[in-house]
Amino acid sequence: MALQFELVSPEKQLRSGTVHQVVVPGAEGDFAVLEGHAPMMSTIRAGAIEVYEAAGGPAERIFIEGGFAEVNETGLTILAERAEPVANIDAEQLTAEIERAEQRLARADNDSERAQAEKRLNTLRTKRDVAAN
Amino acid sequence: MASLKTLKNRISSVKSTQKITKAKKMVAAAKLRRAQEAAEAARPYAEKMGEVMASLSQRITPGPGASPLLVGTGKADVHLLVVATSDRGLAGAFNANIVKRARQTADKLIAAGKEVKFYLIGKKGRAVINRIYPGRIVHFQDFADVKNVDFLYARRVGQDLVARFREGEFDVAHYFFSKFQSALVQQPTEQQIIPVPVSSDADAERATGPIEYEPSEEAILDELLPRNVAVQIFKGLLENAASEQGASMTAMDNATRNAGDLINTLTIQYNRTRQAVITTELVEIISGAEAL
Repeated sequence: MALQFELVSPEKQLRSGTVHQVVVPGAEGDFAVLEGHAPMMSTIRAGAIEVYEAAGGPAERIFIEGGFAEVNETGLTILAERAEPVANIDAEQLTAEIERAEQRLARADNDSERAQAEKRLNTLRTKRDVAAN
Repeated sequence: MASLKTLKNRISSVKSTQKITKAKKMVAAAKLRRAQEAAEAARPYAEKMGEVMASLSQRITPGPGASPLLVGTGKADVHLLVVATSDRGLAGAFNANIVKRARQTADKLIAAGKEVKFYLIGKKGRAVINRIYPGRIVHFQDFADVKNVDFLYARRVGQDLVARFREGEFDVAHYFFSKFQSALVQQPTEQQIIPVPVSSDADAERATGPIEYEPSEEAILDELLPRNVAVQIFKGLLENAASEQGASMTAMDNATRNAGDLINTLTIQYNRTRQAVITTELVEIISGAEAL
């Protein structure tokens, strides 16, 4: 049982190969993809995907800031806006980024700017929560 | 025979030209590495995006509800040629090759009775296209106001294209850029970006059955289709940037070598002339002394 799995972000290709199972944080709830999954297309919210190399084995977690997931006959393709393995997240840098985002939100003086800053802050907070556990 | 003074001037002018081409070659070589890395890193994403789009367009049922960005307007009368060139020369035939490729397509389309419009990115293609196809350029922009070509720039271009498409300015958009293969080889490439090209490979049959969308088909396609245009534009611009540096490096290397050859020839000529002048002077002095 193997699932062809591709994970790409605009900067680079992070994964390409066969895995057992991938858990994807879909916009309307997490879903797991195994081999032979029905074709589907979903947007992804910010969160960690979990990659299982083997059944019952340990999961590798990769943080993703939104994007798209497509499942077709050949396998699963994730087009991520940005992706970073959870193990590589630098907690100190992240804290600094969150502070900057908070300041930006405080400074924002129109709605679109505020919405943007809020979105960014939420993404970063999700990232912190993901890194924490 | 040229005088000693003119020869000397020519040699020094060729030498200073050689200095410039050599410097430009070094600059291009330094920039090439970074541009090449960026272009190669962006490829998988754009390719996967293209695959996803192709598989989507196979499944979608053509109908009034289907997004025209995916299935087209049903016509192919007005073609928009998006031609990406660079802002600077000194890159050999880099810009000329892209324009040539675009001209081939344009001529073919015009011969078939289609209307052709041009959308130009980068300064270097403008003069030529304006001369050959006057009045057909609908938009022109260069890179004067951007330091680095980033995804935001490509997204603005993409949004503009999608807006023009929605207003019915054109039916089909082709994108011309130069694909980077190596510092010596750049491939002028044509790609259809609107509507999404239907893949013609044999396994088109395999894609059957409906596809499930989360949250909804419209929501996903509305976001994904314009994004695909931007991603393809971005990929082309990165490929172009790498190709430009590669072409520039090769062209400047040739120019430096040619200047070197020219200097050698001129130096030999200069020395011969100098010897001839000395011999003549000696002959004059000696024959003068003998006459006394």
